[in-house]
Amino acid sequence: MKVVVDLTRCQGYGQCAFLAPDVFTMRQEALLYDLEPGDERREQVLRAAAACPVQAVHLDWTATWHAAEQPAPPARRNTDGRIVIVGASLAGARAAGVLRREGFTGSLTVIGGESHEPYDRPPLSKQVLTGQVPHDHTMLPHLREVDAEWLWGAQATALDVAGKRVRLADGREIGFDRVLLATGTRARPWPNEAEAALEGVHTLRTLEDAARLRQALAARPRRVLILGAGFTGSEIASVCRELDLEVTVVERGPAPLVSALGGVIGDVAAQMHREHGVDLRCDTTVTALEGDADGRLRGARLSDGSTVEAEVAVVALGSIRNVEWLRDSGLAAGVWGVACDAGCRAVDTNGLVTDDVFVAGDIARFPHPLYQYQFMTLEHWGNAVAQAEIAAHNMVSDQAHRWPHLSVPVFWSSQFGVNIKSVGVPTFADEVVITQGSTAERRFVAVYGYRGRVTAAVTFDQGLWLEFYQRLIERAAPFPPEFRHVDRRAGVGPVPARVPERLVATAGATVVVTGHDPAERRASLLHAPQS
Amino acid sequence: MTSRSVFERILDPSGRADPYPLFAELRKTPVARQEDGTYVVSTYREIVELLHDPRVSSDRRNLGSTAEAPDGAPSFIGLDPPEHDRLRRLAMRHFGPPHSPRIVDGLRPAILALTTELIDGIAGERRADVVDEVAYPLPVAVICRLLGVPQEDEPQFHAWADQIIETLGPGEEDRAERERERRAVGLKLEGYLAELAEARRGQPGEDMLSGFVTYRGPEGGMTPQEVVSTAVLLLIAGHETTINLIANGMLTLLRHPDRMERLRAEPGLIVPAVEELLRYEPPVQLVSSRVALDDIDIAGTTIPAGSPIVLALAAGSRDPAHVADPDRFDPFRARNEHLGFGGGVHYCFGAPLARLEAQIVLGELVRRLRNPRLVADPPPYRPSPVLRGPRHLLIGFDGVEPDGQPYTRKRE
Repeated sequence: MKVVVDLTRCQGYGQCAFLAPDVFTMRQEALLYDLEPGDERREQVLRAAAACPVQAVHLDWTATWHAAEQPAPPARRNTDGRIVIVGASLAGARAAGVLRREGFTGSLTVIGGESHEPYDRPPLSKQVLTGQVPHDHTMLPHLREVDAEWLWGAQATALDVAGKRVRLADGREIGFDRVLLATGTRARPWPNEAEAALEGVHTLRTLEDAARLRQALAARPRRVLILGAGFTGSEIASVCRELDLEVTVVERGPAPLVSALGGVIGDVAAQMHREHGVDLRCDTTVTALEGDADGRLRGARLSDGSTVEAEVAVVALGSIRNVEWLRDSGLAAGVWGVACDAGCRAVDTNGLVTDDVFVAGDIARFPHPLYQYQFMTLEHWGNAVAQAEIAAHNMVSDQAHRWPHLSVPVFWSSQFGVNIKSVGVPTFADEVVITQGSTAERRFVAVYGYRGRVTAAVTFDQGLWLEFYQRLIERAAPFPPEFRHVDRRAGVGPVPARVPERLVATAGATVVVTGHDPAERRASLLHAPQS
Repeated sequence: MTSRSVFERILDPSGRADPYPLFAELRKTPVARQEDGTYVVSTYREIVELLHDPRVSSDRRNLGSTAEAPDGAPSFIGLDPPEHDRLRRLAMRHFGPPHSPRIVDGLRPAILALTTELIDGIAGERRADVVDEVAYPLPVAVICRLLGVPQEDEPQFHAWADQIIETLGPGEEDRAERERERRAVGLKLEGYLAELAEARRGQPGEDMLSGFVTYRGPEGGMTPQEVVSTAVLLLIAGHETTINLIANGMLTLLRHPDRMERLRAEPGLIVPAVEELLRYEPPVQLVSSRVALDDIDIAGTTIPAGSPIVLALAAGSRDPAHVADPDRFDPFRARNEHLGFGGGVHYCFGAPLARLEAQIVLGELVRRLRNPRLVADPPPYRPSPVLRGPRHLLIGFDGVEPDGQPYTRKRE
């Protein structure tokens, strides 16, 4: 049987770990589990799924919003014709199921570049690398038997918007009335091709990557070198220490996670690395990977002139969006992703919204009303799922019944035994304050503010509070929060957020988001009184 | 007919058998101010919000008034983070994940054996009190075993626990007096547990009490007072609530024979059925001890700082805005999200154990009782509006299936 836990919803109650201890394990709030437990565990798993207080354990991956179980009465809907989905990972597969749930009766083709059924990536840098779960135990449960033609291992090479065709590498052309682009990202490789080809140099994005890296770690190398201390690099470092492997992490920035969470939390992350025995080198880059005569990795030279001997290196320098195939499509597609409106409709190079081309997942670059309509891509599990729902709904709805993608981004990571969650956009900040708990205890809530409004929150093993802070973000609540609350420590106040520079928009109206169901969520502008 | 508020009518013992029409009325005002300044919250979304709102305290020492000052530190149910979290982690270390994930699952055979024994005990009868014969002895035996309380002391324990439960509940008027009563009984229970803990310190066993007194970690351990207050809490909480879950469960099943029949045919359905019982007839109906630390705007009302807050869990779990057809008992409901165990940092500590006990006991009663039926409907209820359940549940039946087919489920 197949299991997937929506860790965006999970609040760490641990009921599943009590009731099915062979399948689910908890480290404080960080949950790890086997996505394909044997049938002898079926009863345990059913018990665990039933007991989940937030119903985040999915067996037959129910493609439903919790609050919107009954679809709205159909207005004028567009439920026939041909739909093609390019990309068969989380967003694409989800959208396929939702289209059928929404009553789409036409022909549905899903083009998947990889040769597998959809699988879940988050475990690849966690329980798969430790060996707790085999790499092939990561297939996503079926949404339902989706009535679609699935083309596995088929590379889309071009999109003809006017002619309404997708061209494949083998020369086939697939016609459509509407198309959803969900081709996701791939790992950014080490730029020096010869060095990247050395035996022992890895990236981590796909199932095959994870299997290879697991094998390399299981061979117990004397040292692992990790290039980049973002979430993936940090999680791999954490796994290495758990396996009692020596590990050096080289990070260009001043601390791990800075580009996502800013310097304040970055400093905490750096302490965690070092407490767990990671050799962490910040403000440093790798200048060259070096091999021996047999083409095996021997070590690396660093920008500070030092060298590191390592038999395994993992290049964790972020990702590249799979949009090259859209180069001649006339869409606003580039390294930044594919621009679209909040309803997931793609924008062409003129900035005009198209009617029949939709985008979802890691490549979708959309304007977020809560963040001054700045265009952003969100490479998060939860975003892929939520955006796929919106895109699929809008593909079968007329203009008056389309939904905006207004969900506040939620992200999670588990490393060094700590469950890190964030809500909102932490880089959209000028100040940070620790409202609950303490960073020294590694249990806290950090709230981010931008120009006097709450814009994000990050929790370390305090995920239960996240939704409260999400509401503060949605209401554009004043920052810093001034209210009295539990677990407030003495002597803490806002400090500079130390986030990477980004476009600074001019201040103006404040946007608030209201509503819970996707059908009722709306953004509205609150204009400041004229002074 | 009366100027009493809906909530006062809910508190009145005369309506204990069926408070749900009153809860429905209560939900018309999601956040209802009472005359004594208490705010009662009864809709699902608002309850969930407040359970996760850091401006809501569980420590009554934060009440605006200074009238009551219970002496001694409360147990973790009456504390806020970080103290709550520290004590709960120290207690959890000896009960569940991450350090002891297999304890509850490991109790399965013992719970089944006890259940078999209890049902065998009424095999010769044609009539029995489900509360006295099954619902009460099982959870008490399990919690005493877990904690390390000798079997022969169980009856004394039950008496003390009962007396303490009767003093719980909302209402600020007679609270001081009830606190005094609770204190008096509590002292006896605490004295007993302190002595037992002291004995375990010298000669630790496998039980939780031994773990409490001996464990010292990076965060330290429990002080002797904390050992006693935690043990008292687990003992009382792990007691009355499960008794009510089992008794309410049997009562509800007997009121819906068609669904009981289906359970008999498909025993695995007891798992969702117990979730539905927790939603439909929750043993803990109200959380009556929260305090607003700041002004809280919710559902168009402002709860002023210092106000007592009551969360009507039983009303929230039947909120039609949250669940379709809420007054229908549907043991096969999918994706049942309910407030049966509360939520947030104070989510029921013993929930997994309560679930397991209810699943096994109700499953076995359904499987073994021949033609069971209610003798009196409604049964007599205990007075508490907080921990609600029948005082007795008399049933008639035509005999008991022998335990010939010992629990055939796979042992994990």
